[in-house]
Amino acid sequence: MTDVLAQMMQIALVLGLAPGLTGLVRLVKARLVGRRGPGLLQPYRDLARLLRKDAVLADNASWLFRSTPYMVFTTLWFAAALVPTFTTGLLLGPAADLIALVAFLGAARFFTALAGLDIGTSFGGIGSSREAMFGTLAEPAVLTVIFTVSLLVHSTSLVDVAEFIAVSRVGIRVSLLMALIALIIVALAENARIPVDNPATHLELTMVHEAMVLEYSGRHLALIEVAAMVKLLLYLSLIICVFLPFGIATREVGAAGFGFGLLVYLAKLIGGGVALAVFETSIAKMRVFRVSEFLGGALMLGLLAMIYLYISRAL
Amino acid sequence: MTSLEYDIAHLFDGTVLLLSFMLLYQRRLFGVINTFAMQALVLAAAAAWQAHIHAAPHLYVTAGIALVFKAIVIPYVLHRVIRTFGIHRTIDTALGVGPSLVAGASLVALSIMLVLPVTFASGALTRESLALALSTVLLGLLMMITRRNAVTQVVGFMSLENGLILAAVGVEGMPLVVEMSVAFSVMVAFIIFGIFFFHIRERFDTLDVQYLETFRGERR
Repeated sequence: MTDVLAQMMQIALVLGLAPGLTGLVRLVKARLVGRRGPGLLQPYRDLARLLRKDAVLADNASWLFRSTPYMVFTTLWFAAALVPTFTTGLLLGPAADLIALVAFLGAARFFTALAGLDIGTSFGGIGSSREAMFGTLAEPAVLTVIFTVSLLVHSTSLVDVAEFIAVSRVGIRVSLLMALIALIIVALAENARIPVDNPATHLELTMVHEAMVLEYSGRHLALIEVAAMVKLLLYLSLIICVFLPFGIATREVGAAGFGFGLLVYLAKLIGGGVALAVFETSIAKMRVFRVSEFLGGALMLGLLAMIYLYISRAL
Repeated sequence: MTSLEYDIAHLFDGTVLLLSFMLLYQRRLFGVINTFAMQALVLAAAAAWQAHIHAAPHLYVTAGIALVFKAIVIPYVLHRVIRTFGIHRTIDTALGVGPSLVAGASLVALSIMLVLPVTFASGALTRESLALALSTVLLGLLMMITRRNAVTQVVGFMSLENGLILAAVGVEGMPLVVEMSVAFSVMVAFIIFGIFFFHIRERFDTLDVQYLETFRGERR
């Protein structure tokens, strides 16, 4: 019964917090460059406004274009509900597998890229082709990180990973450090953050994610935007859950640890959001053709972490 | 030695290796120098940590040399040399960034496979530290091979030397660590002077400083 309750709370929590996290990142970024910036609640107001508006469709838009926002939103929302945030005792815990998570994210990416191509504009085409290029490097990098973690924990289940690292002092490991950096690089690229893509611009030749969703409007755009916010929350939760799960309520503790787990999770989320804003303010966007090196570096780090762990195990 | 102390020592070693990879990744001279300064800083921290956990005060000297000389003085001098001579600030690579990172990863695998079997008798800290240090040495060599600029060659050499110091401080009871780091520092200084003189010669066709006076218009 507790796990059902926890799962419901988790589903509501990820959707409710996601716009707030994006708002926090925007607010801190604005403050760092000396602007006042919109309040924390601005993303919620934006979404409410977009939801009230009618969607405008291009004449040659097919069913694919119309159904993509719903596909992407549900896929990412479900994926975010799988990652343990404040407790590991979730109803869907047995399904929360790292490889399944990568598949969900891949499906969302696939549909977004198809929608970008479907409408037939040149911007959409550029965005989709770049997204596909980044995807071919980012997904293997995530997989190497997963292999590293699962070599250590002997499981790909997120619940097991979080409990193993939180309870049985693994200690600080070089391979975990490398895997963490690889995952951060991938998270930056996947969420269209600054060294790779600029989340704050709509009309720039180098944009990737915004180029694919340029044709969306009204409630479709609202779904796409909230999906992007949920994805940011998902990656941050994933990093927290795998590398810093301390304070999470384990299955044995049950409902008693929920309050504390929730507080710790919120604190970690705020810390992550502020760190992201500081990082984005202090770095310049890179050329598109350097992104393959950036992501290639993540892949290499993941591989290195795996080799390191594997060989030092075997010998 | 407790497991936390072990982990922290290990983490410093890993960070030095990671910064070696960052050196290979950089495309600008100032980026290379700043990354090197950071590596020297982490090396100093690693040496100081080893001094603390092994209660070996002479290692603090090594840490101090790494901190003052390599993290502050040499990067400053290299900055000056680049500014004064107007050296081209992008890096000319003999092997692209991607392939050199791949080569670096395989060198790390090689050094782990080489070090771990031959050091079965030693403790875990020594073994893995040695593997990481050997990887840093090999990456420094790789940097010297694949980057054409004289300044990056010096930085490659110094990061190789960082690997050697890392190995020396990681092994318990290694004699002459301090002397070794002093000797290496002197050698690096000579190499930097070498670049300096090389550039003077290139510009004035001689190493005779009198020509500088003609150049400044002080000689009748």
